[in-house]
Amino acid sequence: MSYLTTKDLTVRLRNGAPLLRKVSLAVKSGEVRALVGESGAGKSMIGKAVLGILPRAAKLTGGEILLDGEDLLTLPPKQRRAKIGAKVALIPQDPLTALNPSRRVGPQITDRLVDILGWKRKEAEDRAVELLDEVHIQSPERVMRSYPHELSGGMRQRILIASAFAAEPKLIIADEPTTALDVTVQKQILKLIREMQERHDTALLFVTHDLGVVSKISQSLTVLYAGKVIEETDVRTFFAAPKHAYSRALLAATPKYTDPDGSLMPVPDSIISEVEQEVAAFDAQLKR
Amino acid sequence: MSDLIYRVKDLRVSFPDLSRKPLFGAAPRIDVLKGLSFDVAKGDVLGIVGGSGSGKSTLGRAMIRLLRPDSGSILFEGTEIAELNEDELRPLRKQFQMIFQDPMSSLNPRRRVGGIIAGPLRLQGFDNIPSRVDEALEMVGLAKRFSERYPHELSGGQRQRVGIARAIALKPDFILADEIVSGLDVSSQAQVLNLLEQLVRELGLTLAFVSHDLSVIRRLCTRIFVLQKGEIVENAPTAELFDNPKSAYTRALLDAIPLPDPDQVWS
Amino acid sequence: MRDARGQVRRMPGLRLWLSGSWLLILILAAVFAPMISPHDPLEQDLFAARLPPFWQQGADPAFLLGTDSLGRDLLSRMLYGARLALTVALVAGTLTCLVGATLGLIAGYYRGWADLVISRLVDIWMAFPPVLFAILLIAVLGTGLTSIIVAIVVIDWTRFSRVVRAEAMSQGAMDYVASAQVAGRSRLGIALAEILPNVLPTIVALLTLEMGIAVIVEAILSFVNLSISTDQPTWGGMIAEGRTSIYQAWWVLVFPLAALFLTVLSFSQLGEGLKDYFDPVLR
Repeated sequence: MSYLTTKDLTVRLRNGAPLLRKVSLAVKSGEVRALVGESGAGKSMIGKAVLGILPRAAKLTGGEILLDGEDLLTLPPKQRRAKIGAKVALIPQDPLTALNPSRRVGPQITDRLVDILGWKRKEAEDRAVELLDEVHIQSPERVMRSYPHELSGGMRQRILIASAFAAEPKLIIADEPTTALDVTVQKQILKLIREMQERHDTALLFVTHDLGVVSKISQSLTVLYAGKVIEETDVRTFFAAPKHAYSRALLAATPKYTDPDGSLMPVPDSIISEVEQEVAAFDAQLKR
Repeated sequence: MSDLIYRVKDLRVSFPDLSRKPLFGAAPRIDVLKGLSFDVAKGDVLGIVGGSGSGKSTLGRAMIRLLRPDSGSILFEGTEIAELNEDELRPLRKQFQMIFQDPMSSLNPRRRVGGIIAGPLRLQGFDNIPSRVDEALEMVGLAKRFSERYPHELSGGQRQRVGIARAIALKPDFILADEIVSGLDVSSQAQVLNLLEQLVRELGLTLAFVSHDLSVIRRLCTRIFVLQKGEIVENAPTAELFDNPKSAYTRALLDAIPLPDPDQVWS
Repeated sequence: MRDARGQVRRMPGLRLWLSGSWLLILILAAVFAPMISPHDPLEQDLFAARLPPFWQQGADPAFLLGTDSLGRDLLSRMLYGARLALTVALVAGTLTCLVGATLGLIAGYYRGWADLVISRLVDIWMAFPPVLFAILLIAVLGTGLTSIIVAIVVIDWTRFSRVVRAEAMSQGAMDYVASAQVAGRSRLGIALAEILPNVLPTIVALLTLEMGIAVIVEAILSFVNLSISTDQPTWGGMIAEGRTSIYQAWWVLVFPLAALFLTVLSFSQLGEGLKDYFDPVLR
């Protein structure tokens, strides 16, 4: 039974241009699904649609978002927000801007527990210390009292991870959480996210443009192009033999330092026009 | 030693640490480059690699004198440039050029592509400017009609090609490429890297490629510096560095690169 | 990859048209005031005092917008008042812009001691209450058109230098400035050819705003009778006179006030519209 299911999810710009074209996908509890695509493929848009934080210029125009079997879009707004707030959390891309620079770290973790789940401040603080310990931060009490600028990028991302897991959400959406980090820090953070996800048995939707990262974090993946699902499969099958020509091209363009003579192949124009045609045909079929 | 393009000795750069500036008096300084010495041979494709805060971009910018070192010597083709002021540097500028990380912010949004490429040519007193602009565009694989476009009308990969065209139009001896593929999709990244490889081959460029990502420079670079906290911890030919990394930091960097391969297991 | 952002069209420049039209009407009125004014703006006729505007009972069709308590024709006085208002707006606005923007550009791009001096000067300047400062200046310089203009420039240049400095600083940190330096462009060349065009939309918006402010400042000075000789009609002076007879003849106050309001609004809207127009990324 999948925890998150989207069916024919369609998001358009206010002027009608499609950003997501009938995206259907599912994430099971305890599963990590990667969303892969180039910039503009709409991979972040899916997470935003689920969280109900689409940008002003975009509008959800069709489809269903089922969370634990319940269609979010049929709920009244207040209930929907309450449900999302209790069950879904976000690990954002940029640890620099995701924390308020003028507030101490501690309250930024506990706010959510106190405001949304109605915990007592003291309970929430104990829980935050526990979580910071869980994400391998030394002397968590001191970190709770620090301001974000006093901490390194890796530390801040750990705090955001702790904060995401604080309310024991059933689903976490991670939007390129390691793109802003050094490779050595990225490795630690990816391992940490995986460790936390397994321990808490959370469903994780992991947005990334890096196929290397996909192979390290997820069990299954969905490849997107121009807001349309191009391929959906499990990770082993994908890396052994991607089915779609575009997926193959994307994999061939990804650098692999262990293969010194392998040349980097940009996605050929012929494949771009092939997949563009596929998208156009899909649109035409919808119109009919 | 006429085949050297750079001979750098004991290069030191520091910045004021404004976050720890006392209420009165000067801010303490952070040492960003702690006395680097190295040579660069003509025709080398040098990879400068390191994490954030390692000083890799600062090193590049000091080499082309976008910033002034605190001390040390930078011999560029036999000329000492470490202490020159902007007026003295100007005639030398056409010999070392730079391609920037963010093509959006490095291209003046109010100029057309043609004007962007022609600007440096005009300043350096070149003749036949229109034909040189066309030639540069052709070399980076952009059609002539692109010279009428504004930067915001181009894709990320196309903008980066314009940045490259601007640098090579001057026929410089040395080009610094500062993290030029880190903002691009893998496909555009592959295109830009292949283009650079081709230009190096055809024009005999000496190139320094600053990057945080070892995997993108394996093919391109002939020699790699690994920087950590303002010091060169490893300086080796590319194959040697990948096959037999000597410093622990290089090994950590290599080990942390996520290969597109589910069988790679992280310790 | 197609980029959907390019498909968002901007609203056509309605406000540009509306504000531009009003200002054009005003300019024509000011230029041709001697020809189109139905009366001499100074001619008094106590028998025709406080005549209401044309649609009200007891109006005289010869005085379209009515007369004031001395029997002077309101329409003619407003047309002549527009001359002064626009002269002050254009001359004082432009001069303020030139002084302020130049200092701001120097401070923001050249930094160093020039920035130190200019920024401290701005800080000190802004600590003076502006209206008091203006009144003080006029008291020293004496009344007259030149004094008003000088007063506005002296008081308001800081508005430009603050904003332009901040903008030039952020543009100066962009890589295209570094790339111009790599290309061998001189400091002055970079300031004028690279930075200035990118700060220009902001300057234009501020300039029109400043023109509106200049109109207000002139009106305030006229209101407290510190503008120019009392025998020349000004909007501020008319508002001051209208205030005394608001219950007997509201129109003496309301018409010049409305003209003032529309003009200031038009200037600021024109600026916003032009700013978008000047920006190639938005265009």
